[in-house]
Amino acid sequence: MKSKGKFRITKRAKRFLEGRAPKLIEDVKTAMIMKGGNSSLTVTQALKDILTAAYLLSRKNITRPFEDSTSLEFFSKKSDCSLFLFGSHNKKRPHNLVFGRLFDFHVLDMVELGIEKYVSLSELKNSKCPEGTKPMLVFAGEAFDLDNEHRRLKSLLIDFFRGPTVSAVRLAGLEHVLHFTAVEGKIYMRSYRCLLKKSGCRTPRIELEEIGPSFDLVLRRTHLASDDLYKLSHRRPKGLKIRKKKNISRDAFGTKFGRVHMQKQDLSKLQTRKMKGLRKRRGAPVAAEQDTAEQDAQAPKVAKVES
Amino acid sequence: MAACSVEALLAKAEQEEAEKLKSITVQKDLDLEFDIGNLLASDKTRIESRDFRGQKKEDFLRSLARDNTQLLVNEIWKLPSERVEEAIVTKLPDQTTPLPREKPPPKPRPPTKWEEFAKLKGIQKRKKTNLVWDENRVDKNEYNRLKNIARAQKVKLPGVGLIPTPQQSKEDLVKAVSVARTSTASAGRFQDRLPKEKPPRKTGKKRKFEPLIGNFSNEKQKQLELLKHMGSKKPQLDINRAVNKQMREENREEAAARFKKGGKKGRKSTMSGKGGKGKGGKGKGGPGKGAQGKGGPGKGGQGGKSGGKRRGKLGKH
Repeated sequence: MKSKGKFRITKRAKRFLEGRAPKLIEDVKTAMIMKGGNSSLTVTQALKDILTAAYLLSRKNITRPFEDSTSLEFFSKKSDCSLFLFGSHNKKRPHNLVFGRLFDFHVLDMVELGIEKYVSLSELKNSKCPEGTKPMLVFAGEAFDLDNEHRRLKSLLIDFFRGPTVSAVRLAGLEHVLHFTAVEGKIYMRSYRCLLKKSGCRTPRIELEEIGPSFDLVLRRTHLASDDLYKLSHRRPKGLKIRKKKNISRDAFGTKFGRVHMQKQDLSKLQTRKMKGLRKRRGAPVAAEQDTAEQDAQAPKVAKVES
Repeated sequence: MAACSVEALLAKAEQEEAEKLKSITVQKDLDLEFDIGNLLASDKTRIESRDFRGQKKEDFLRSLARDNTQLLVNEIWKLPSERVEEAIVTKLPDQTTPLPREKPPPKPRPPTKWEEFAKLKGIQKRKKTNLVWDENRVDKNEYNRLKNIARAQKVKLPGVGLIPTPQQSKEDLVKAVSVARTSTASAGRFQDRLPKEKPPRKTGKKRKFEPLIGNFSNEKQKQLELLKHMGSKKPQLDINRAVNKQMREENREEAAARFKKGGKKGRKSTMSGKGGKGKGGKGKGGPGKGAQGKGGPGKGGQGGKSGGKRRGKLGKH
């Protein structure tokens, strides 16, 4: 990276910029939490409970995400966060939460949810899961499959809550479960702690213990990205495309087969096994001379076999 | 009767198996969709509103959650697991849910000026060999580095090998001759001597070894003595030898420190000479400083390490 004007780009700055530049395989998405002009205790508590390890913007931001998203985009650029959670409260929309994500620092999807009932972490008094455990996500209800808005919401919630992508997971560490149920236009979110009980066989029996927070949410406004933009955001870079290994086939037993392509062979010049007994011996010509003409005739035959 | 009991046993075993499986099986109308890479399960069964009234709501949700989680866990446990450092770990498959990216994929960079030039000229990139760090080289490198510094500063070094000088003394010439004689393929063994050349003194074999099979009684004696030494409780200390060794080490370190200091400041360094016990105290302070001093310019870790290594080597005996 070249220097910009009179500013020299130091190694540290270069590393920082490279960290923020688009990559083939991206890092985990970070979220920023914002509070609107007016917010209730419920909303504040809820924001804290949902995302503990997110980027919290401390000041009140008097913005309305659905009307004007420029400040959102500005904050996202500054903090390099592509997910946001905006909480506000007013008479028209009480206890409002807006979940959203951005693509290339422009708003992609935004869904507004109202909190109808909320039970915080502190109210449910039992031992919690350690922070940072990757949760298991379960979505129930046919709306998540049939309704377009619910489908986007499902994708958005997965993005929000899934945590870092891991290649392997410790079986004993699967403790946290987030369960989302969509019924009658409402979404119920429950958070449980998973107890793995003995079941006599290898797979354990699951018992759940609610740890919270628990939300009863109602779907309000949505701002979903157009299909083109959505498709664009899903475009995979060429490097990541999985190249299928050609020329590998398996039979019914699982044996691996491949084809070897060779050039045409000259069968007369094939290297076959050497029969030591058929090789020409030093004594043979002398013996042949002494023998009759018959054997003389035989000798060239022998020679032919040899080659 | 034996047949009866066998049948009874089998029936009992089957029943037990069924009971075991009962605890983890879940009855569902529709199978769930799984994305194990994301630890995700989707249940598409329709939820009846009547199940959802009042108090029953929480229980219903909880039981639904339990069933779905059980199914998800069953799927996860189906995957092969391995043991990694006292924990049982399952390798997760790739994610199947398509999720949007954060930023658009990176664009290929325009080729730099060098890259363009290389393409034009047809210059290929050469892969560097896998050079492995060789610890024994450190001392040699250090030594060479100091020599380079000395040469740059035009400092006189204590004589190592032959230095090209305009006026060579008799000893220098003799030394040159002996060096020339031994620099043949067979190290000078078949080299005829010049008419008036004197035979070399104190050169030749450095160590003399006993013949393998010869004096049996001598060998027996030596071995018994060795065993006696090994078996004895008191350590065999040759005080004379130890003291000489210590003195030599101190001198060496002092010389190196002196030489380094001289090299840095550009002054002529003086040969330290065989310092006596009086200089021992100063010498002890010297090596400590010298080792750090060596570590100072550039190769911090390696310099200190080489100094430490030298000290360790000599102190072992």
